[in-house]
Amino acid sequence: MSDGNDYNRRKFIKNAALGAALASGASKLSADETPASVIPDSWKKPGSPFSNYGQPRTDRSSPIRWISNNQVVPGDGVSWSPLHELEGTITPNGLHFERHHNGVPDIDASQWELKIAGLTQRALGFSLDVLRRFPMRSKVAFIECGGNSNAIYRRNPVQAACGYIHGLVSCAEWTGVSLGRLLEEAGVQRSGKWVIVDSLDAAGVTISLPIEKAMDDVIVALYQNGEPLRSEHGYPARLLVPGWEGIVNIKWLGSITVSDRPVMSKFDTVSYTDLHANGIAERFSFEMKVKSVITSPSPGQTLKGTGFQEISGLAWTGNGMISRVEVSTDGGASWREAALQEPVLNKALTRFRLPWSWENTNAVLQSRAYDQSGNVQPTRAMLLKQKGSNAYYHNNAITSWAVAETGAVSHVYV
Amino acid sequence: MLLCYLLVASAVEAQSSLARELAPLERLQVENHIYADGQGLPVGSGTAQQGLTLYANLCASCHGNRGQGGSALELVGDRALLDSEFPDRGIAVYWPYAPTLYEYVRRSMPPDKPYSLSVDEVYSVVAFLLQINGLLADAEITVDKKFLSRLEMPNKNGFITSDR
Repeated sequence: MSDGNDYNRRKFIKNAALGAALASGASKLSADETPASVIPDSWKKPGSPFSNYGQPRTDRSSPIRWISNNQVVPGDGVSWSPLHELEGTITPNGLHFERHHNGVPDIDASQWELKIAGLTQRALGFSLDVLRRFPMRSKVAFIECGGNSNAIYRRNPVQAACGYIHGLVSCAEWTGVSLGRLLEEAGVQRSGKWVIVDSLDAAGVTISLPIEKAMDDVIVALYQNGEPLRSEHGYPARLLVPGWEGIVNIKWLGSITVSDRPVMSKFDTVSYTDLHANGIAERFSFEMKVKSVITSPSPGQTLKGTGFQEISGLAWTGNGMISRVEVSTDGGASWREAALQEPVLNKALTRFRLPWSWENTNAVLQSRAYDQSGNVQPTRAMLLKQKGSNAYYHNNAITSWAVAETGAVSHVYV
Repeated sequence: MLLCYLLVASAVEAQSSLARELAPLERLQVENHIYADGQGLPVGSGTAQQGLTLYANLCASCHGNRGQGGSALELVGDRALLDSEFPDRGIAVYWPYAPTLYEYVRRSMPPDKPYSLSVDEVYSVVAFLLQINGLLADAEITVDKKFLSRLEMPNKNGFITSDR
């Protein structure tokens, strides 16, 4: 055992002994003689009043999203979820990542309807009140932007906190009505093979989804983590398309048109298409592949003292459930299996943990996730070989964090 | 009697919905998409010559004078860069369908005033974009539904569809 850990252990034993002595009444100090200096301030005055809606603390330790946006079109950009400052698997609504193409629209829900038309028996308008009368279901699911982690394609490792490299992924419990149920209500004709989904935003976001997915597990979500959607997450309704890239999880849902073919919008054909090394691009590459990242320790953090550290991170896959996560502390030379924290849910973030003892030595931390279909997260070299360095989307490569002798953590390629 | 009641009940269930049936015009508005083959493009036209001024006033500040060098994505790209670390996704280099250009300009541009252009203005801007991409023989050519539907884009076959 290291000196540092031994010190902590001895301190713990000493304090425990003191506590036991006080509890047994061995101390000669009576309650009235307790020095004022050791009475917590919070014991001596009433606390703050109730609040209608709780707010996070506003001191410097309170996590925030970082915003990267277009200076000329400020509503075009992203805000990153600070994964390195969060724990567990559910992202607080105020810290769920955002990707907007032209700002957050303010939709008047009293005038709003979700309209379903196209190759249907009848064209229907569902008001918010009507939607709420349908059977509801909840699903804990991650949403990940197709462009998340694209810094890993770059020639040199970007030095930024984990959340500002990988934080275009978040996870929430989404509640709403099955899209398949609403499409059945309208009656999909046999020639209906795709749905064209229109957002009400000022960027004219429109995408095409295959009817099989639309009828499968897609939810018209009205609630996020129990509360009505916030404007930035699509109020009054958005699509949750479990496991598929963020762009198809349309916010500010306007209409759904059943069609015999995709519309081939700019978002279907130009953005969110995967350019390969040979100059050919792949479109409708919807599924987000198996991936993981260590959130602690991670860049910008410094290990505080040798000895026990917990390595902790997040794993997810658009293809079912995470089955296994391995962690390396020597840059991939050897691996140990991490514990998966329950519950491990389908198409949701999974927390993994591994105890580790650090002894002031250089280390390179990596995590490697597997999903239930046997897919495994590739190394960066394998991904670049497969996709080419001209790629932009769908980067699920293993990430490497170097720990220096000083305890400082940085982003490296190995 | 019971059979009769059940028949009525199931008929009612099959026909009534909690949702509101859309009026024919509302239905058309929802279905008003512009497809890759030009279906849905409106009646109207424009030329690159007419588009030049619109582009200069509304687009150049972000996209550069001739589709390059601005803060926004390149509109004119270099095909040789497609396999480079920073590939261009210019119109001639990347966009597979010309009608999509109309649809995107109409709905999304300019970002501070989407939906502000008339049909003829959108056709004119699209004509100018085609011209600076070398896809228009001359600036006088009338660009309309027929023209955009028939225009074969250079990267039309540059895509594969993902297996799912």
